[in-house]
Amino acid sequence: MSSPRIRIVVAKPGLDGHDRGAKVVARALRDAGFEVIYTGLHQTPEMIVNAAIQEDADAIGLSILSGAHMTLFPRVMELLRERGADDIVVFGGGIIPEEDIAALKASGISEIFTPGASLETIVGWVREHVRPRGVAA
Amino acid sequence: MAEGERRDRFTTLSGIPVNRLYTPDDLAGTDARTDLGGPGDYPYTRGIHGTMYRGRLWTMRQFAGFGSPEDTNRRFHYLLEHGQTGLSVAFDMPTLMGYDADHPRALGEVGREGVAVSSLADMAVLLRGLPLDRITTSMTINAPANILLAMYVVAAEEAGFPRPALGGTTQTDMLKEFIAQKEWIVPPRPSMRLIQDMLVFGTREVPRWNVISISGYHIREAGATAPQELAFTLADGIAYVQAGIDAGLDVDAFAPRLSFFFDCHVDFFEEIAKFRAARRLWARIMRDRFGAKDPRSWRLRFHTQTAGVSLTAQQPMNNVVRTALQALAAVLGGTQSLHTNSMDETYALPTEDAARLALRTQQIIAYETGVTETADPLGGSYFVESLTNTMEAAAAGYIARIDDLGGMVRAIELGYPQREIAEASYAYQQQLERREKVVVGVNEFVTPEERPIPILRIDPQVERRQIERLRDVRAKRDARAVAQTLAALRSATEGDENTMDRIVECVRAHATLGEICDVFRAVYGEYREPAII
Repeated sequence: MSSPRIRIVVAKPGLDGHDRGAKVVARALRDAGFEVIYTGLHQTPEMIVNAAIQEDADAIGLSILSGAHMTLFPRVMELLRERGADDIVVFGGGIIPEEDIAALKASGISEIFTPGASLETIVGWVREHVRPRGVAA
Repeated sequence: MAEGERRDRFTTLSGIPVNRLYTPDDLAGTDARTDLGGPGDYPYTRGIHGTMYRGRLWTMRQFAGFGSPEDTNRRFHYLLEHGQTGLSVAFDMPTLMGYDADHPRALGEVGREGVAVSSLADMAVLLRGLPLDRITTSMTINAPANILLAMYVVAAEEAGFPRPALGGTTQTDMLKEFIAQKEWIVPPRPSMRLIQDMLVFGTREVPRWNVISISGYHIREAGATAPQELAFTLADGIAYVQAGIDAGLDVDAFAPRLSFFFDCHVDFFEEIAKFRAARRLWARIMRDRFGAKDPRSWRLRFHTQTAGVSLTAQQPMNNVVRTALQALAAVLGGTQSLHTNSMDETYALPTEDAARLALRTQQIIAYETGVTETADPLGGSYFVESLTNTMEAAAAGYIARIDDLGGMVRAIELGYPQREIAEASYAYQQQLERREKVVVGVNEFVTPEERPIPILRIDPQVERRQIERLRDVRAKRDARAVAQTLAALRSATEGDENTMDRIVECVRAHATLGEICDVFRAVYGEYREPAII
């Protein structure tokens, strides 16, 4: 019997157009058997949270290279809490200095991947940490 | 596997096969006179100047911009004091997308990845005290390039520098934005019309300005191979030349002021071959396809930036070495100007120390290595000439495919270059995962514990101060003049009148970047990309 497929929204918050990482990760997750919804560029936190709820996502992967992560990532978490959807696992990556990672995790982001992280690492992490919502991990 | 060799197949970074040895047989079809020429001679394979760097070194142009206009103005003065010879402005994301600093979408982005410029007041601060008649300024701005050029011209005039004295570049390459960099406002076709207006204005009013810098850099950084970078860039160039001709300009009136901007990635000979092939292809395109008669129209002048994407967060000091090798390849490829990346850029914008080291890297190549003393030192190398031929043929194949699709604007609407790049970048990432390609410190030679390096932090107060200045501008200006000039721009945009003169009037009346862009959004609508993965 197959378990329900895990659904992941891969999103690009902020105004930067650097989508290479987001697209490569989205494809790797799809190739690994997850169901992936890529939002496209220039998404506001509101757009991302709406998409995740509408798509019944189990996880959100955020990619940002504009330096606005300290504003936009916590905002995504805040909106998820407001909508009662903070059981959605949120992970992120991009140009994120080491010293910002603790604060991002404190805001509720489960994991941050920095430049050089391999697809294998990211896919492996998702396999281990993301479960269909409502099913105990 | 051939006996005694490390692998069964050797390729360049882009996957071009590399033979064990190259001999005169590999150049059987190459005619040294017609395919190479001398430096300064058609088709310029060996360089666009007869004397090359014996006459004049390349321009050392470090891209800089962060925080407030005051911060960036200070960095510019610092770089000029340290021997930099041209300025290059990086704008923040809201500016690139045509939003004022107080727009809700600008939240958290102001001054982060470049300098924030929302109004003429910001531009005046950015340029304060700079000798605008003696330096050239490159502005990496695309969708609102028309507005930033207008701001530059007006701020310079108010500081006493007339239009003909101004030299510089606006990137204005929207096609590569739709392909790769993805900072846009209106859809491709209206974007091309606004660029036509700039070409006409630049040719008439600011004759030393390079209105368009046709850019492969972002295409490559987004994951394209070297032949794709070359082909898509030249295909974009073809579209701009056609647009200029369609706007009624004589090709030789504007083509000499088109310039190019390429990446220099880490595969040393492949990059050199790419630059040499670029010159030869463009010379032939301009002479044979467009009938240009002025040799200046045939010459491909280019700026190079070393490959940001090749830098690693792991063992960041290694990036100094990567950048030095890439810069050397750019010089051996005959670049006219160069930006060397700083070693800390996978973490943040560069610190002052890291930026100075990057500039020193260029100065060491220029003044110590001796590679500048003769033109095209690798010309005639069996390998380099053969790779140049291969690069040219591969790029010509892509250009023919784009012609078949109906030109680059149509190809973009069909998603063709976007898909090609997505495929190539995914294929490369898989090669890394399989360790078919080695990146030192990332998938080989890994160090477990790393010492952090200092990084630049942007003062969070920048956003607040920018918004205050913007409110001040709005409070002090003549609201009626703003409304009138914006209305005049709207009617020019809806009709056939050149929009540039109207934009200059808006800027002079202190209309903001966002307000001017709203006119274009209202008339043309905003571009939305179909998401392709």
